[in-house]
Amino acid sequence: MYFQIHFVLLVSRQGKVRLTKWYSPYTQKERSKVIRELSGVILNRGPKLCNFIEWRGYKVVYKRYASLYFCMCIDEADNELEVLEIIHHYVEILDRYFGSVCELDLIFNFHKAYYILDELLIAGELQESSKKTVARIISAQDQLVEAAKEEASSISNIIAQATK
Amino acid sequence: MEQLKTIGRELAMGSQGGFGQSKEFLDLVKSIGESRSKAEEDRIVLSEIDILKRKLLEPDVPKRKMKEYIIRLVYIEMLGHDASFGYIHAVKMTHDDNLLLKRTGYLAVTLFLDEDHDLIILIVNTIQKDLRSDNYLVVCAALNAVCRLINEETIPAVLPQVVDLLNHGKEAVRKKAIMALHRFHRKSPSSVSHLVSNFRRKLCDSDPGVMGATLCPLFDLISEDVASYKDLVSSFVGILKQVTERKLPKSYDYHQMPAPFIQIKLLKIMALLSSGDKSASEMMYMVLGDLFRKCDSSTNIGNAILYECIRCISCIIPSPKLLEDAAEAISKFLKSDSHNLKYMGIDGLGRLIKISSDIAEQHQLAVIDCLEDPDDTLKRKTFELLYKMTKSSNVEVIVDRMIDYMISINDNHYKTEIASRCVELAEQFAPSNQWFIQIMNKVFEHAGDLVNIKVAHNLMRLIAEGFGEDDDDADNKLRLSAVESYLQIISEPKLPSLFLQVISWVLGEYGTADGKYSASYISGKLCDVADAYSSDETVKGYAVSALMKIYAFEIASGRKVDVLPECQSLIEELLASHSTDLQQRAYELQALLSLDARTVESILPLDASCEDIEVDKDLSFLNGYIQQAIESGAQPYVSERERSGGMFETTDYHSQDHHEVTSHALRFEAYELPKPSVPSQPSAALVPVPEPSYYSEPHQPISTSSSVSERESSEIKLRLDGVKQKWGRPSYQSSTSASSSTPPQAANGTSTHSDGGGVASSSSSKPRSSYESKKPEIDPEKQRLAASLFGGSSSSSRSDRKSSSGGHKPAKGTANKPLATVPKESPITVPDLLDFDEPTGTSDVAATDPFKELEGLMESSRQDGGGSTDVMGLYSTDASAPVKTTTSVDSLLSELSDSSRGTYHQSQTTKGPNSKEALEKDALVRQMGVNPTSQNPTLFKDLLG
Repeated sequence: MYFQIHFVLLVSRQGKVRLTKWYSPYTQKERSKVIRELSGVILNRGPKLCNFIEWRGYKVVYKRYASLYFCMCIDEADNELEVLEIIHHYVEILDRYFGSVCELDLIFNFHKAYYILDELLIAGELQESSKKTVARIISAQDQLVEAAKEEASSISNIIAQATK
Repeated sequence: MEQLKTIGRELAMGSQGGFGQSKEFLDLVKSIGESRSKAEEDRIVLSEIDILKRKLLEPDVPKRKMKEYIIRLVYIEMLGHDASFGYIHAVKMTHDDNLLLKRTGYLAVTLFLDEDHDLIILIVNTIQKDLRSDNYLVVCAALNAVCRLINEETIPAVLPQVVDLLNHGKEAVRKKAIMALHRFHRKSPSSVSHLVSNFRRKLCDSDPGVMGATLCPLFDLISEDVASYKDLVSSFVGILKQVTERKLPKSYDYHQMPAPFIQIKLLKIMALLSSGDKSASEMMYMVLGDLFRKCDSSTNIGNAILYECIRCISCIIPSPKLLEDAAEAISKFLKSDSHNLKYMGIDGLGRLIKISSDIAEQHQLAVIDCLEDPDDTLKRKTFELLYKMTKSSNVEVIVDRMIDYMISINDNHYKTEIASRCVELAEQFAPSNQWFIQIMNKVFEHAGDLVNIKVAHNLMRLIAEGFGEDDDDADNKLRLSAVESYLQIISEPKLPSLFLQVISWVLGEYGTADGKYSASYISGKLCDVADAYSSDETVKGYAVSALMKIYAFEIASGRKVDVLPECQSLIEELLASHSTDLQQRAYELQALLSLDARTVESILPLDASCEDIEVDKDLSFLNGYIQQAIESGAQPYVSERERSGGMFETTDYHSQDHHEVTSHALRFEAYELPKPSVPSQPSAALVPVPEPSYYSEPHQPISTSSSVSERESSEIKLRLDGVKQKWGRPSYQSSTSASSSTPPQAANGTSTHSDGGGVASSSSSKPRSSYESKKPEIDPEKQRLAASLFGGSSSSSRSDRKSSSGGHKPAKGTANKPLATVPKESPITVPDLLDFDEPTGTSDVAATDPFKELEGLMESSRQDGGGSTDVMGLYSTDASAPVKTTTSVDSLLSELSDSSRGTYHQSQTTKGPNSKEALEKDALVRQMGVNPTSQNPTLFKDLLG
């Protein structure tokens, strides 16, 4: 089956996994193998080389931001430069959302990184190319979270007072 | 009271801390982050799994707590461990009414489950309900899950609702509904075939995001059936034109490019639609020409569009002007310092070379530079280009290079690919037989077992059949040279199994044919092989069969056969082998040695591997024998089918089975009330009935011996072809065994390898003197390589050029007319199709949107940095430099100011809230005990400079 993007992988320079999203079916075992293989290759590549590697008949496009490598696996015949920009697009959206995003934001908020990715890509295809639209729907979701939090803290205050 | 207290604490915990998770979870993440080895990480995760298993089983886990557990499960699974024990809790969470929890549940199930998981059935109902929700965020969350989890069986359950959502008020919902339908189309085209018109309609959606999403399914539909979408060409051209003229809202701009991702998608679609279609291609000339002019080749995204244009041009029927544009873009790519662009350039060259073969010539040096580049990716792409431009004049240089590279790499996947390419090129363009065999030897020697077994069979067939011409002398020379080269190689250690099979077979067939080598010499070598590779049964089998042939030829020619002592011991060893195949061969060999010359000659005639063997499938030659047996009182044979109860029940059983299959599908409506049960099928019908394949098996082994395809897959099947047939006459049996060692059957066709030789000499490479005079400073080594790669084409391509320019002339004439009509047409057709009014609200929103300002900053700073694409890269490369976190933002900014001093002040003011945020974040992190100065200071570094 044709997917534009087979999986998304975020790995740190130390080889630690920060986010994985699989659009094509892979078993848990295959996933570990893919991550091991790819991080072995990508982390050892020099800085001036291509941002693409050919891998098992697919192509993996990666880009390094500070200490984090963003990788996307695509079909061999796809447009690599475009995918490089999809990665950058994602990073820019993360940057807007977190405000100067750093790796630590993604470590502790990986689920938020997932929510954002879900607004950007769906079933391995780019569904939205406007940063603003993505930001808008994410903030709408977050407002709900805020509302829930306020509710929770007011309840906790009541309980705290009751138990005094 | 105590319980209330804990709830209170938990609730407070939930809202405390900027990251919104409990201390426990933060500790987990932290300890994983600080673990120094994979083993340590695994240990932490395993203990976390234990904790979670326990906690999830506790009764009445508060919901907020459960949400966190689920996120922890996601984390565990992300790190590559199995969290399946908690899947059911994630599924339950999707049922929750609270959107926050529901969203977490959906996130977790989309990450945990794939569409074939058993738990999906528990979610379908919730999805159905959520798709009807009033809250569009709930609908969005459900649609995300639909895209991931709904499989062919469950599509009907949600399809009507998804279709309704195509007209939802929120564009985010419409977009996701489109993507969901797209997904359904991929899963099961028939389920949505009646809805395809919706995609066309949604192309005119008022929201550009929805339109952009619609391009995904349309791309798929068009690639399946180009003809029925030809009418859309003008619409796509119109849309692309509007996009390039910046008619879309500003928010779709990306690095000053108007909606580049939509442009690329459109170009991909148009390439499909106009492939080989002159009139459709002509409609695109103008907009493509515009793109070449407008695209900013200093940004990556601009180059991405340029590259897509090149791809598009390589698919359509281009005008000469467009070809020029594309060639120019390619030469820009190749001249660039960026490896990425060089790579794209080489790729583009490979595409255009099909249309105009002389285009590569101008870039020969760039190509050779890429070939010698240390970057493997670039090198491989260049090999791909060379593969595409191989001719008989340059095949030797290219294949030699490929083989050198093949030897140097370890990546098995690519090794296989490049080996098969070498073989293909060698077969197609080989200048001489000798060379061909040499190349094949190298490929087998170094890529050995990675080579497809067919290649080995092809090689054996080639050696057996010769080159198809009736020139026995040449064929014999070929065989002799093969035998000689194999005898040289055979003693090298650790040859691949496949290669040894070829060697053994050839030595067996032709080792003694020329009389140059004695039977004992060859048989000694074969024994050595069987001895050295004693664990490889296939090789041993080949070796024994080869020995048998050698001895058979000796016996048939009337010479006395001395079986070497090592051969004798080999036979004795194999007589007791665990492998029945080897045992069989050994017994046959032993039997053959005691036969007289005439019999042996009819069993194994000399050089008869290409003769067809007639197979009598009905075993009619046994009729007399059977007749005799019946006459003397034997029972006639009753077939197994008849024995087990007759045809009637068999068919009955199968039709019933079939019926069950068709009605087996999930139902999502309520079941009707149970009816009084009908007495079930008589149990006799369920008595196991042999499957059809089973009772036809007795014929099988006989037919295999003659079928080529069977033999190719014989590695995995039982090797029945060498086994003695129970009812066969001796002569028949042994001819089977002869063919068992004769891999590919001569399919009485003539060989395809006859081209090459003659052509090669006529167009042998001529160094290009004009070229050398142009660039005198170039390394002569490279020049020579260039000449040998490209030189050969100079003579032929010149004539090509003549013919191609002749071919283009009429194209030019006709091209002008549509060029004039296109602009006239588009204003008429386009506006009613797409009406992207510039939303008037956007500017107001932008003024209050902090993100907008940030974007402006990012863009302006990039602009000031000389427009170079590497500003981002600049900061990301020196990640190793420890950055003090308290000042991380400032220091980065000061770095930034080096390249863009002018924007520094402005950026500080706009970044103000952000740096404050960063400080807060930092303080928080410190509270949690993550120390930035500890092992990984780069954690705090901004990903974007």
